[in-house]
Parts: sequence; C-alpha cells; structure tokens
Amino acid sequence: MAALFELTAADTAAAVRDGSVSAVEVAQAHLDRITEVDGDVKAFLQVDAVGALAAAAAVDARRSAGEHLGPLAGVPLAMKDVVVTKGLETTAGSKILQGWVPPYDATVTTRIKQAGIVMLGKTNMDEFAMGSSTENSAFFPTHNPWDLGRVPGGSSGGSSAAVAAFEAPLSIGTDTGGSIRQPAAVTGIVGHKPTYGAVSRYGLIAFSSSLDQAGPFGRTVLDTALLHQVIAGHDPCDSTSIPNPGPDVVAAARDGALGELAGVRVGIVTELTGLNGGYQQGVLDSFAAAVETLRGLGADIVEVSCPNFDYALAAYYLIAPSECSSNLARFDSVRYGLRVGDDGGHSLEEVMSLTREAGFGAEVKRRIMIGTYALSSGYYDAYYGQAQKVRTLISRDFAAAFATTDVLISPTSPFVAFGIGERVADPMAMYVNDLCTLPASLAGTPAISVPCGLSDETGPALPVGLQIMAPTMADDRCYRVGAAFEAAYNAANGPILGRIPTLGGAR
Amino acid sequence: MSDTRSALTRDEVAHLAKLARLAVTDDELNVFAEQLEVILGAVARVGEVAAADIPPTSHAVPLENVFRPDVLVPSLLRDDVLAGAPSVEEDRFRVPQILGEEE
Repeated sequence: MAALFELTAADTAAAVRDGSVSAVEVAQAHLDRITEVDGDVKAFLQVDAVGALAAAAAVDARRSAGEHLGPLAGVPLAMKDVVVTKGLETTAGSKILQGWVPPYDATVTTRIKQAGIVMLGKTNMDEFAMGSSTENSAFFPTHNPWDLGRVPGGSSGGSSAAVAAFEAPLSIGTDTGGSIRQPAAVTGIVGHKPTYGAVSRYGLIAFSSSLDQAGPFGRTVLDTALLHQVIAGHDPCDSTSIPNPGPDVVAAARDGALGELAGVRVGIVTELTGLNGGYQQGVLDSFAAAVETLRGLGADIVEVSCPNFDYALAAYYLIAPSECSSNLARFDSVRYGLRVGDDGGHSLEEVMSLTREAGFGAEVKRRIMIGTYALSSGYYDAYYGQAQKVRTLISRDFAAAFATTDVLISPTSPFVAFGIGERVADPMAMYVNDLCTLPASLAGTPAISVPCGLSDETGPALPVGLQIMAPTMADDRCYRVGAAFEAAYNAANGPILGRIPTLGGAR
Repeated sequence: MSDTRSALTRDEVAHLAKLARLAVTDDELNVFAEQLEVILGAVARVGEVAAADIPPTSHAVPLENVFRPDVLVPSLLRDDVLAGAPSVEEDRFRVPQILGEEE
C-alpha cells in the first residue's frame, strides 16, 4: 500500500471522508515526510506543525459530528509565502518583511481554511516573486527534487518542489509572467495560471498588479482542478475580481480524463516552437511527441501564427518592473517590516533609502530602477506606453488565433531545470525562461502546464512541460485537454513522478 | 529600432536609485549600470512594433464602475496593525524627523 504522502489529493479526501484514515494521521504523515526530506529540498521557509495538526483535528471533529466535508477537507497544502496568513509570518522571500506577522488572511487563505484544507506551512520563493529559479530568495535557494543541484523553477519554486517531493499533494503559487507554469514544468507536476481576475488578489503581496494571479499546483490534473475550484470566484475585496463564478474546472478534468478530444481544435503557436533557436532539443522532442499524443486522441492539430508574441518578453520586462516600482514604494520603513538607520541622525527620507537598500535584494533593485526609468518623463512613451500598446497587439493575436482554435499549445519553458548558480550572473539569461509563458500573462488568459516527457540532454532525466492556453474564462478547456493528455501519457509511459529519484528513505 | 536612448551612465543610475529611495553603494552602481544597460537594450525592442494607432492596454480584463454596497464593515484593529510596525508611539506609527532642527 502506498504511503499516505503518496496519495493524490482526491484519494486522500475520500479516505478522510469515509473514515479509513483521520486528517490528523494524514497531516502527521506529511509533517514526518517534511522532516525527512526538507533538509535536502528546502521547499519551506516555515513549517506550522501546530497549526496544521489543529486544522486537521478540526476536520476530524466535524466528521465525527456528522458534518458534510468538502471535496478537499483534510488534504494538506503548502502555501507560497507571498500569500498573507493571519498570525503566521509572511515574508514574500524578502528581508524587508522578515518577521512580519500579518493581521489578516488573504481571500485565498480564507477559502482554503473554510474548505478544511490543512496548511502545512509557507514555501520559499524568489523575493517578491521576481525570478525564475527561487535563487532570488533572501533566505536560501530551494533544490529540485529531481536533481538537488538544480533549481525548482520560480518564482513559486518552494511550492513546486514541495509537491514534487511528496511533502504536500497540493500547493498554492502565484504567476505574474510564468511563476506557476515554469516551476510546474521543471519539477514534473501540474500548475495552472487562472484567467486574470478569476482568483482574488486580496492579500497577495503585490508585484505587478495587472498581471499577478494566484493558482494551484498538484501532481494530477484533477487534484489541481479541485484546488482551483476552492480558490476561484468573485471577491468584493478585489476590484479586479471577475463578477461571476467561472467554469466548472473539476467537471472538465473528469471529462478530459475519458480521453476523447475528437473535434477539439488545437493550435501550435509558430512563434513558440524555437524556429530561431534558443530552445533545448530535448524540450522540442517532448513537445513534438505530445502533439502526436493529442492527435491520437482525435484533436485537430493546426499551426497558427501570433507574430507579436515575439515582443512579449520586451513588453513584459517593461510593464512588470514599472508596476513593481510603484507597488514596492509601500516598503517605506514606516508601517511594517524593516527599519534601518533610525538613530536620531537620519531624516525619514534617509531612513527610507537605507532601509530599502538593506532590505531588497539585487533583482528587486534592478526591477525597481528599470521601472523608474521606464515611467520617467521623456521615456514613458517609448518604453511603458509602447509596451502597453504591444500588450494590446498580443491580446489581438490571441483573439485571432482563438477564432479558429479551441486551445493553443507550446512548450512551457525552452529549458529543463538548470543548475543552481548557472544563470544568476546574467539577468537576461534568467528572463528567457519565461519566453513561452509571457503572452498569456500579458493577455490575462488562462494557461496550464502538464508534464509531457523527460529530457536527459543536460544530464539526468528531467521533466518537460506542455503548456495549454485557452481564452479568457475558459479555464475549463485547459483542464479538459490537460486531463486527456495526462491520461494518454500515463497509459503509455506511466506517471512522470514515478521516475523521480528516491529522496530520504522512501520515494 | 527606435533610438530613444543613449548609453546609461553611472550618474544616471545614481539618479534612478535616488528617485527610487535606494541608498546603493559605489560597487552596486558599477554592476547595475552595466546590467541595466543590457536589459534596457533588450526591452527597447518594443520600439520595433508599429503601434502608433493602437490603444494601450492597462488591464487584461477591463472592468468599469466597480461598486460595493454602502454598508459598514469592520476594519483591522488598531493594535493588530501597529503590532507589525517597526516603531510605535502613542498608538501611532513613529517616524524619524521629517524637517531639520533649524527649520
């Protein structure tokens, strides 16, 4: 019999519901697993054993009282440290917030608690979600459980590593330019960026407000959909929240798992197929095999061109830094977090500058300065203004492509997981990790990453992700096609995580 | 390619850092000047796109007139909020001096 930490979220919840295992036993099994492997993986910034066991005991008490339990009650979850949690330190991976204990819960946190999901702790991340490797964490890098010398992707690398290392069956990430999808791809799990506005941003520490979106990670498409369903929906506390409940993604995942895609029009995006180089061959080979798998399921495969996607990277690295330079102005040494130089000899402005200098890491400073530059008079039109126009053109490319297709596909990232330290010296080498994920971020459209193969091109066998993109508020299509692909892939090859090297005493 | 930008000097980076309230060190200025130059060179590609008549997008899913019912809801408790502040005095955020002594 599989260990408790190996079960899917759906099976765990079913076992808690029918009483074959208690939520406390499930939580303890995961806490033990964390004790066993997290010294190597370092996915967690903080483990909340007391809170997790109390939440689990509450689920068991509700069951004993005959209450109805929701579809994920008693299932453990790892929370990215950018989502605020009342009474539990929240740092966003930054020294400037070290020790800060939020006075309120994010809407995502509230919904997770109300669903009876058991939060195990807070996961590591690139500082303020700026990065693609989790090496920009102010505290320590997280290690990819497939090869501990490599990164788990980023910025949600703690959340991806925790799920891939069987420390939690579910986790929450946030995706601004690919920070859920790329870490999912390089750790061999499923990650979904919902439609912008589908999940409340209330209580997410802001990086780029027009792009930030929280979303689910899981080891299966169905588990990911179950978590999506819990966190999605309108929230009056977020004025950009879409005022309708969104599609039934769980039904879509179950439907997709039947493996029937006859008549579904799948578009390969020409601009995201590495025609100009820059993509690893192992990634392209896995992608080509995935296309054939989808064709075998009955999908109509066509190729579509989205010419402005070539400018997504440039537009994104103007828009996101511009918004961050404004959002991070709130870290002013007054209301929360660090204060440096308050010795009676420095003015408020000097204390502010000394605090931000000491509290922010290099990548955060770079982006704040790029944003300050792009928004300054004389440069605004050529940089920020022009990037916003390119954003319009990218959305129009999506609209034109979806006129003839139901979903679009690409590799999730041009690369498999790279070595820790390999790309830190060159910011542009880090930014190109997001090449394939940025268009959907800019257009606000949903996209999922599903494991689609292994590549040993750079050493050990490492996971490759398939990105499936859909129109606004058609997240269900991502889950349907993703589940169909997953079922076919697993039937032919077995689940990708079945191939992950052993960590600790057991897999 | 639009040629709107000359090379970013060390002084310009120092000015950006001042605007952004970052007390960067001399060593950082050298590194950042070089890195920002490379990044700005790459993102300047947006200028290659002919977009004169294209409206800008600020939000992917535009919503208009977002209102909520005009009802009172509890806000955060003062003590809970002040608990996270670096310095507190008389139930307020304490800040360093804003004006010089002679002023």
